[in-house]
Amino acid sequence: MFDLTGKAALITGASGGIGGAIARALHAQGATVGLSGTRVEPLQALADELGERAHVLPCNLGDAEALAELPKQAVAAMGSLDILVNNAGITRDNLMMRMKEDEWNDVLGVNLTVPMQLSKAALRGMMKARWGRIINITSVVGRTGNPGQGNYTAAKAGLVALSKSLAQEVASRGLTVNCVAPGFIQTAMTEKLNDDQKDRILGVIPTGRMGSPEEIASAVVYLASEEAAYVNGATLHVNGGMDMV
Amino acid sequence: MSDIADRVKKIVVEHLGVEEDKVAENASFIDDLGADSLDTVELVMAFEEEFGIEIPDDAAETIQTFGDAVKFITEAS
Repeated sequence: MFDLTGKAALITGASGGIGGAIARALHAQGATVGLSGTRVEPLQALADELGERAHVLPCNLGDAEALAELPKQAVAAMGSLDILVNNAGITRDNLMMRMKEDEWNDVLGVNLTVPMQLSKAALRGMMKARWGRIINITSVVGRTGNPGQGNYTAAKAGLVALSKSLAQEVASRGLTVNCVAPGFIQTAMTEKLNDDQKDRILGVIPTGRMGSPEEIASAVVYLASEEAAYVNGATLHVNGGMDMV
Repeated sequence: MSDIADRVKKIVVEHLGVEEDKVAENASFIDDLGADSLDTVELVMAFEEEFGIEIPDDAAETIQTFGDAVKFITEAS
């Protein structure tokens, strides 16, 4: 089940907790992985850990030229691009009344526009191959909303809608476009929360704990697999039951 | 018929699964040859590869018929 031998996957934000776990999980199923992120050191460490079939593809996603090169570099390094995981994301939290234009633009740019651009670039090869998987990492708050995250939640909800539209466009060619929506996961992003915030969050998670990056990675492996060929335009919620959709 | 027209016709016939004699000069990919909008995108991709040219998005949108394709490619290559 879920064998990805011979498939090439590009993972953005692979230097982060969830991205790294996704890369490890896809690699473990046999995929060749392209590790993208801004910080070379953790990417290289991950590539060294994985050994063969791992390529470091550093990219500052805020740099339009570098972004345009990334899919080409991925194909050059891996031979093809069969699985695209748009995982990279940033937050610039602020109350809407205080939110500055660049806080809005930065978050919408990295979290919504970049996945669109990378998807667009990846589609060509996938269409020709009559096989492809685009997996967008969204967030539970893209559905529920979250005070102080108007920009982030709007971007994540936008990513869900983008995925549905794109899925309808390309489904007939053997491509799927799906989302994984993590709840609260133990990463550097949630580490920034204070104890009060954490207690409040744990109070609304029936499972009673935060999730692990590996639990998100498992969902990505499923959606990337041949076995998930009939799942399209869907969002797989992995949140310990905090928001049952 | 020119070599370019022959090669374009071959791609259209293969991709859209239509009879060769249906691919007339003014045959519209969508209205006459049963293509959907995604097929037209794929046809342009196939032309780009066959002829080693790049067809920008705004030009691609003007290629509606077999004749349009032959004309554009003849001028571009």
